[in-house]
Amino acid sequence: MDTSPHLARSQWMSLLAQSEPDELALAMKELAPPVDAAWLRPAQTGLYMLRGRMGGNGAQFNFGEITVTRCSVQIGERIGHAWVRGTHARHAELAALADALLQDPSLHARLRTELLEPLLRSLQARRDTASRKAAASKVEFFTVVRGD
Amino acid sequence: MYVAVKGGEQAIARSLELLAEARRGDPAVPELELTQIREQLRLGVARVMQEGSLYDEELAALAIRQAAGDMLEAIFLLRAYRTTLPRFGYTLPLETDGMRVRRRVSGTFKDIPGGQVLGPTADYTQRLLDFDTTPPTATTSAEAPLPAEMPRVLDLLEAEALIEPADADSDPEPLDLTREPLTFPADRATRLQNLARGDEGYLLGLAYSTQRGYAESHPFAGEIRMGEVDVCICPEELGFSIEIGSITVTECQMINQFHGGNGVPPQFTRGYGLSMGEGERKAMSMALVDRALRCDELGETAHAPAQDQEFVLSHSDNVEASGFVQHLKLPHYVDFQAELSLLRTLAKQQAADSGEQPLHAAGGLHA
Repeated sequence: MDTSPHLARSQWMSLLAQSEPDELALAMKELAPPVDAAWLRPAQTGLYMLRGRMGGNGAQFNFGEITVTRCSVQIGERIGHAWVRGTHARHAELAALADALLQDPSLHARLRTELLEPLLRSLQARRDTASRKAAASKVEFFTVVRGD
Repeated sequence: MYVAVKGGEQAIARSLELLAEARRGDPAVPELELTQIREQLRLGVARVMQEGSLYDEELAALAIRQAAGDMLEAIFLLRAYRTTLPRFGYTLPLETDGMRVRRRVSGTFKDIPGGQVLGPTADYTQRLLDFDTTPPTATTSAEAPLPAEMPRVLDLLEAEALIEPADADSDPEPLDLTREPLTFPADRATRLQNLARGDEGYLLGLAYSTQRGYAESHPFAGEIRMGEVDVCICPEELGFSIEIGSITVTECQMINQFHGGNGVPPQFTRGYGLSMGEGERKAMSMALVDRALRCDELGETAHAPAQDQEFVLSHSDNVEASGFVQHLKLPHYVDFQAELSLLRTLAKQQAADSGEQPLHAAGGLHA
């Protein structure tokens, strides 16, 4: 199933969804929706039921729901989809547009450099900052040896 | 008897005006912004999301403001709102192994691979009211981030076969309580969904009862971790899985008293809790009650309230409980008139049977 084009698309769709909506909007400012963009499925908010696993790795259970906004757009022959958590319609629209445009071989390389790479760097920087802050509160145990 | 059922429209309209005014408070004070609630009341937002059973910080913040800080009312508002949204599907199971940890502690082992990370916790504060309004000092960052994956503390025990396996060999489709009614006996997946939505105070009280000897299960907090996990779905349109964002969750793995027999060596047993946002008290309570409710499958005699699944699960939902308790405020005029007239009849009959004059009719005790 995860042949490499699928893997690549799964990765960019994930990145677009994980990005901050404001950053995505800024990065896509230059990429106004093409005139032939047809909104097959306008942004719509609904629910997914989150699933967990007993003990973290056992059998599944239903944990609670989450808001998700989805959107589909067609540009030429290419259809872009997006599913993003939350109720942010513009985030889903931009992610769907980017997904369609990224499938265009004539645009892909440029978008990878100008859109995906900056978004990825920003995401990694946010995660790195959070992790290093947490790491600063790691307990260093000292063993006190009592001499007799 | 005919009881007037009309009237009160104007009184209700006036009451709603008073409610709106009371909610807003002094108009000279700026109204709370939703981002302020989200950022500065994050634990309240987490509780409303968890018991409202809907992860959305903005909607939860809106509910808290509308409910004037009444968490149960906010939870009700969120539950009611979710019914207006279409259900798109089910996510893939959350992978808490890959959590981007911000807090992770163990009450059972001092030295755990990946270390003990305290994160943002009130555990080490003096818990004294702080009248100081100076802004917090800047946080410190370590040179290196935490390891990308932290092994589970309970896996260390599982590797030595000292704890029951996590039962991953069968993975049945779990029942969904938002679609199907709760029936008994409820399997563990159904119980966990119920407990996840359940009232924190109620579960905390039940969990406390197990520690005080009602269903003693000798718990240890094997591992508590809090941080961000990816939410993944596999839409039909794609045929492959994607991440749709990240959420904060708190996970609690309890280690409980050991069992054995029938060819099984003595092993520790597990209780599991999972909560949206930073919800450590809820996750720990859930894990303790989960373990107590496993009494049947572990061959324990059930004698305590926390082991009675029909009792525990039927009363855990604060939306249902609040509705049923508070409905008593609504007019019961006809019901009550019927009882009153029955009671009057019985009183008359008893007086007639005994042949005694009622005291008030006879002029009191000292007549």
